This record gives sequence, C-alpha cells and structure tokens, in this order.
Amino acid sequence: MTSRDTILGALRRAIGPAANDAARRKAVQTRLSEHPRGLIPARGQLPADERIALFRKMLEDVSASVETVKAESEIPAAVAGWLRRRNAPQSLVHGADPHIRDMPWQDEAELKRREGKAAGDDVTGLSRAVCGVAETGTLMLLSGPDNPSTINFLPENHIIVISAADIEGDYESAWDRLRAIKGDGIMPRTVNLVTGPSRSADIEQTLLLGAHGPRALHVIIVED
Amino acid sequence: MPASDKESPRRVALFVTCLVDLMRPVVGFAAVKLLGDAGCIVEVPGDQTCCGQPAWNSGDRADAQAIARKTIALLEKYDHVVVPSGSCAGMIARHYPEMFSNDLHWRGRAERLAAKTHELTSFLTDVLGVGTVEAAFDGAVTYHDSCAGLRELGIREQPRRLLAGVDGLSLTELADSEACCGFGGTFCVKYPDISTAIVDRKIGAVAASGADTLLAGDLGCLMNMAGRLSREGHTVKVRHVAEVLAGMAGGPAIGEGAGKEGKQ
Amino acid sequence: MKMHSADFSADARAALADRQLQRALGNVQRGFVEKRRKARDKLPEFDALRDSAKAIKDHTLAHLDLYLETYETRVKESGGHVHWAADEAEARDIVLDICRNAGAQTVTKGKSMISEEIALNPFLETNGLTVVETDLGEYIIQLRGEHPSHIIAPAVHVNRDEVEADFRRHHDFLPASRNLEAPESLLSEARGVLREKFLAADVGITGANFLIAETGSSIIVTNEGNGDLTQLLPRVHIVLASLEKVVPTLEDASQILRLLARSASGQEFSVYTTLSTGPRRPEDPDGPAEYHVVLLDNGRSKMLGTEFQDMLRCIRCGACLNHCPVYHAIGGHAYGSVYPGPMGAVLSPALAGVDKAGALPNASTFCGRCEEVCPMRIPLPKMMRQWREREFAQNMSPPTQRYGIRLWAFFARRPALYRLMAGAAASLLRMMGRNGRIASLPLGGGWTATRDFPAPQGRTFQEMWRARGKKVA
Repeated sequence: MTSRDTILGALRRAIGPAANDAARRKAVQTRLSEHPRGLIPARGQLPADERIALFRKMLEDVSASVETVKAESEIPAAVAGWLRRRNAPQSLVHGADPHIRDMPWQDEAELKRREGKAAGDDVTGLSRAVCGVAETGTLMLLSGPDNPSTINFLPENHIIVISAADIEGDYESAWDRLRAIKGDGIMPRTVNLVTGPSRSADIEQTLLLGAHGPRALHVIIVED
Repeated sequence: MPASDKESPRRVALFVTCLVDLMRPVVGFAAVKLLGDAGCIVEVPGDQTCCGQPAWNSGDRADAQAIARKTIALLEKYDHVVVPSGSCAGMIARHYPEMFSNDLHWRGRAERLAAKTHELTSFLTDVLGVGTVEAAFDGAVTYHDSCAGLRELGIREQPRRLLAGVDGLSLTELADSEACCGFGGTFCVKYPDISTAIVDRKIGAVAASGADTLLAGDLGCLMNMAGRLSREGHTVKVRHVAEVLAGMAGGPAIGEGAGKEGKQ
Repeated sequence: MKMHSADFSADARAALADRQLQRALGNVQRGFVEKRRKARDKLPEFDALRDSAKAIKDHTLAHLDLYLETYETRVKESGGHVHWAADEAEARDIVLDICRNAGAQTVTKGKSMISEEIALNPFLETNGLTVVETDLGEYIIQLRGEHPSHIIAPAVHVNRDEVEADFRRHHDFLPASRNLEAPESLLSEARGVLREKFLAADVGITGANFLIAETGSSIIVTNEGNGDLTQLLPRVHIVLASLEKVVPTLEDASQILRLLARSASGQEFSVYTTLSTGPRRPEDPDGPAEYHVVLLDNGRSKMLGTEFQDMLRCIRCGACLNHCPVYHAIGGHAYGSVYPGPMGAVLSPALAGVDKAGALPNASTFCGRCEEVCPMRIPLPKMMRQWREREFAQNMSPPTQRYGIRLWAFFARRPALYRLMAGAAASLLRMMGRNGRIASLPLGGGWTATRDFPAPQGRTFQEMWRARGKKVA
C-alpha cells in the first residue's frame, strides 16, 4: 500500500461511515465550482474615488511611495524623475508587456532599458500590475514573459504601474479578474501579491526595510 | 438585564468557595451584606464544599464529575447562585455543562444551574441592576482582572462601575491589566519558578500604579499577589473587592497581622 | 517528531536565569501584543472573520480526503508532483531523492516549521548537501546552531549584539573594522551574503501557509521576499506542507489571510503573498523547471475525529505564543519542542507522544488569553486539559499530585468531614502565621520558597455563619 492510500484511508476512517456519502462529494464539488465569497470588510467595498484614496493610503502606510499620472504616456518621465530623486542610475529592466514596451521611452534619452528577466545586478525593475486591492494596498502581479517574477524581487528598487480602473476593493474581486484573464481554475506559475517594499523585524523586533527584496517600492497610478 | 420585579425578593444561594471558607471568611460576610442590601434573601447551603476545579484541571474527570453532581444537587433549587469568585463561578457556569457532554440527564441539570450561576459583582450589576453601593474607602486602589472572570464570564466593567460609587476611592488602572498573575491553581506549585516570574511582572505593575491597595475578585490570585508583595517587602495592601464594596475593609488585609481585630 | 529535551522544569529554570534571553523576551511582550491589538481595532469585521475562518477550516476538515485528492489532481494538471509522506522519515527521504535527481549541491530554504518538525537540515547535511536558511531569523539561528524559539520570529530570543558576534564569527571575509552597530548594517551584511547563496542554489525549499484545492496552488506569506527568491531562482522548487494546510478555494484562503498577518505581526497584510502553481510555463523566462509538493501526515490523520481535531485549524500565526504569560517568562526553547507555547502544548503531545511531551500541557495557568486571541478560535486550554485527562487516566501524572487531588476530592465529596477538616486547617494555619503570613509551609515549599502564604482569619466562614445563625435565631 502506498503512503497515499494509507493516509487517505486513515482520514476516511476518522471521518467515519459517512466518508463514502455522495453528499460529501457534492458539497465539495459545489464549493469548488461556485467558490462562494465569505465576509468582505466594508473598507473593501468603497466607491471608486474612496477606493483609490484608500489604496494609496494603505500603500503609503507600508512605506511605499505613490504618484499619479494622467496617461501611460507620462510614465517614462515619471520613472526618470523618480530615479533622479532617489539618486539611482537611469537604468531599468522590464518584461515584454506591450503596455510598458509601447510607452514613449524615446523621450527619456538618458534612461537605459533592458527587456527580460532580472539578474542579480539590476538596480531598478519596472512591472505592470493586473490589478490592485484597496483594502490593504496590495498589487497583483502575474508571472510570464510580460512581467517576469524575478523583477519583483531581485532589483533594489521596484516600480509598479497600475491603471486606476484596475484597482479593486477586495481580494475576491482580484480573483475574479484573474479568472477572467486566465480562465476558471487556471493559474500562472506565480501570482505575487505585493504590499510594500521588503522588510524584516527579525533583529530585536526592529522594523527594517530591504531584507532580500526591493528596498523601495514606487507605485504609479494611471488615471485614464 | 436589570431587575424589573424588585418587589419579589430573590432567593439566592451563596456558594462561598473553599478558599474564602478556609482563608478569608470576611469575603463571605461581605457578599451576604451586598446581596442583602440589594434585596436578596441569602442562604448558605451548609453542605457546600469545593466546586471541583482542582480535580477538573488536573485531568481527574471522575472526581470532578462526582463533586459536580453533589454541587448541582445542592444548588439547583435556588433562584440564583452567587459566587464571590470568577474562577469558581466559571467552573459551574462554563465547565459543568462541558463535563457532562456525554450524559444527557446531568448535562441538562448542569446547564440549568449554569444559567443561574453568577459571579458576585456581575450579579449585582447585570442581574440586579445595582448602580452604587453604600460604602466609603479612603485610598488609591488598583484592580487586577482575574483571568477566568475576565475571559470566561466577561467581567471587566462590573467591579469598576461599583467601585466608582465608593466614597473617597480613586482607581488607577494596571499596565497590561489583562495579563495573568501566575497563580493558575495547581500551576503555582507545579511550576513555582515560572509562577514567580509571572507574578513578579504583575507586582511590578502594581507598584508602578502608585496604588496603596490592590483589589481583585478571586482569592487565589489575591493570595498569590499578596504573598509575593509581602515577601518582596512591598507595603501595598491586598483585599477582595467585596470587602471594599461592603464597607468591611476595616480589618487586616490579606496576609496582614491580626493586630486589634483577632475575632470577627 | 522528536523532543529536543525531556526536562521541561530544569530548562524553564535555566531560561528564567538567562539574562540575555530575559532581555530579548521583553520585545515579545511589548511589541506583538500592542501591534495585534491595533490591527484588530482597525478592522471592525475582525471577530466575524474569525467565525468565518473557523467555519471554512471545519468544513475542510470534514471533507479533508476529498479536498486533498482534488488538490493533488490540480497540481498534476499544472505539471507539478505530489509526494505523500506518512511520517517524517519518509518525507526526508523524498526530499533527498528529489535533490539527488536534480544533482543538487546547494539548497536554499524559506522558513518552514515542517522542515523543523522533520529535522530536515541535519539529514540533508549528513547526505552531503549544503543547506542555507534564508529568512533572516532562521539564518541567524542556523549560524548559532540553534532551533527556532518562536514559530514566526525564530530568533526572537537573540539580541542585536549577539547577531553581530555571530556574523563576525561566521563571515570570515568580513573586515574587523566594519561597523555593524546599527541593525541596518547587520541586515545589509546578511542580504549581501545570502544574495550569493540564492543565485548559486540548485534546489529551493519552502513551506506553505495554504494549499488551494481549487487551483493546485501553494501559498506562502513573507515580509523579506526570501521565500520568493528561494523558489524563483533554483531549478527545482520543493514545497513542504502538512495535510491540514489545504483550503477549498481562493476565496476561502482570502478569509483566513485577512486574519493571519494581523494576528501574527499586527500587519494588515504581509508584504509578499505568493501563489505558486506548478513549474514555469514553456514561455516563462524565470521560475523553477520542477515543482514538488511533499504532503506530510506525521500524526495528523490520527487527530482527525478526536478531541484534538480543532488543533488542525491552526494557521501558525504565533498569537498564542505572543500572549502567553508562560512563554513571556521562559521563551520558546524551554518547551523542548519544535512547537512551543500554547499551540505547541497541544500539538507536541499529538506528534511526539504524551509520554514525551506531557509537561507542556501542564505548563499553563489556564489564563485563556491564547484562546481569546486565536484567529481560528481553537479552544487551546480545553485541549491542554484533555491531555491532562489522558495523562491522569494513564497514571502518567506525578503520583504526589495525583494522590493529592484524589485526597482533596475525597473530602470535597463528604461535606461533614470536609467542614471538620477545613475548620482544623483554618485554625492550624492561623497558628502558624506570624503577622498574618506564613513564611514556610510544610509540603508547600513550591509556594513559600518565593511567596509568603497569607494566614487565614482563624475560623472558617461556615463555622462563623452557623454560629451567627444560632445567635440570630
């Protein structure tokens, strides 16, 4: 007998004679296919402008910086400006996301860009979030050629762009978006929910930023 | 739920607890006075002993059940059972029903008794609707919330509300007031070193409060804190809250010499 | 699961006398309690979410076999592998096999309590692998050759100056002149050293906070990002998870995630919540080429359907440790178990045997604060008492204690005799008192070594009440 059989057998014995009930199987199938929502906090269900304001505030509370631009075309200038203010080199790694690729980068002549996954020596990475969650200031990033996951963790600085229209109130709405993008039950290799720059409190419970991931997280919200 | 029918006096059994019986009878008399002043007819069932908590918490279910059956049979005929201890009241109100989870008959009787069993300050305020008591106490006091009362029975505001009406009394809250004092019944003798470390934090908070008197609603906790305070040379006096509320705090405090007042 | 020590009382005494440890424990008491309180106060739905989360786990446990089967199917569909391990030896062997098949030399690890439970590191090291813990706290204790003393803050017992000394001892390329006074510089030092390890690793091992049956995903939450680098950079990602980590859907995980960080560290949400599903897709530029999940039983299936089933709801947030007066006093190591504090006092006897871990459920004042803060509403004191019942029934509790309780119960069941004995005891104790206190009590040394025993007033309440009754009548 395999350990799989041993374990499942033990579980069924513990559950008792009802283990083979068709009703149990049905309850499981229903829950999986309907994935009912549980309790959603009021703060996750705000109207659009309050939702965006909350998203911003929650991010700032966890030491991320946030700025707003009117259109995607303004992003290259915003990125270059943020790097200058941080005294960071004018260089960037990002994925093949057409939103990012098609921005007017030619306007920022000094800014060097590389397309692909991040390496250990990239200083700044740029990603696009498929959506945000206002209740905790969380950004959802999907792995793949458009936004390789290494960009979220290896560089010192991480810049994430997100459209204001993609800011949801709660996690549940984010999962619905994910299902709409990928199909029900289908996942990318990695879904990263990012809420602020990396940190650790392992030394005397003192909070320090920049443990293994980015020391700084800058979020650019596109209003259009 | 405040009393609506104040005309018909309530027949209340006082379950005095083994510690009060043995160590500090004045708490029992204070409870009798408070209940009498609130219009209750107080009876003290003579065959009461201990609620059985030491056995229950030591894993001795058979003895705990035997004691519980006797206690249920003794107390179930009264309108209410009042206990000057959150811990022993919690034993009857929360643990008796749990103890008989497989015994429908006794479970029913335990649940009925549980529903009418109350800790003293909770009974006075929540059931009888007492707002203030006639008492004076000249002193700065602090209050320790005993764990079982606080967490099993939700007793927090009740004693404070009553203390607020005592003439001359001022109350300062303890830092980290929800922390345990380290008594824990048999815990304090099974693990005396840990118990001492915990009570040291508590008496540190008591000293920092600047109060000259420490009150609480459970004699076990009070004896633990009083014993450590006096061993460490603190002069803070320790009393059961009922003594102050009943105006019976004139005698020696817990662990204090008898002095003039040898006999009650 | 093996206990690290069998002598709880001696270890607790040593912990109480350890001044470095006592200094470090102050941070637990001050920090975690206040942070959790603030996070809870900011979310009005917090307690209602606890009910919701409990219901989700209860439902899952009632259908655990089915959700695990579905989970396994989904993992396979996404190209991953599921390995069922009945016990810790089997789990260790599975991990070693995967490492050998990958030709691995270096393994990086994210924080995993299951790894501690199955004592994975020494086993892999004995078999020639280099194992590197990457969570800052875990890295510190790995350098020190210790076990974690807390399930979410493994190095909470270590002070800053000790960390500096450890780094100077182990990082031999570190110039002596380098100033490591500030905690920031210690963090930078660790970041630099560990970055090289991440890039060089062949296999990355993480734990799992949740497994999602709906999607076949594993979820980890971290603040450092170490768990992500651990699973993204090596060619092989291994997830160590115990059976009860599974929840049905993404929505169900969200309910519990709303409680996890708030209960653990007082954060609204962890910085990184990461869902991993299978190996990298053909078009992906990064991510592991292999994805393995080791599903560990190790005694959990035996808890299902017993009085200890509720413990399987535990999400390892550590709130019960953070609010426990005993943990505050002695820290985690004295428990002698991978799982310390109240959750450990219930879980350790189930995994290691009550004959080995029986002291733990006894080392509680039953103050109930653990249950009060538990996000999953686990009745921890009740289950500790149930372990005491098992010990009592099997005559495993100390004889003096057992006979003491039985003797007390004998009198408590016989009111007339009880009254007689109480009256005698009251006057005897009264006579032993000096100035109202007793400094030394025969058979009561546990009390009077450090505390006075307040002397009774002299007569019992019952005696005085009866006397008064006669007077009135």
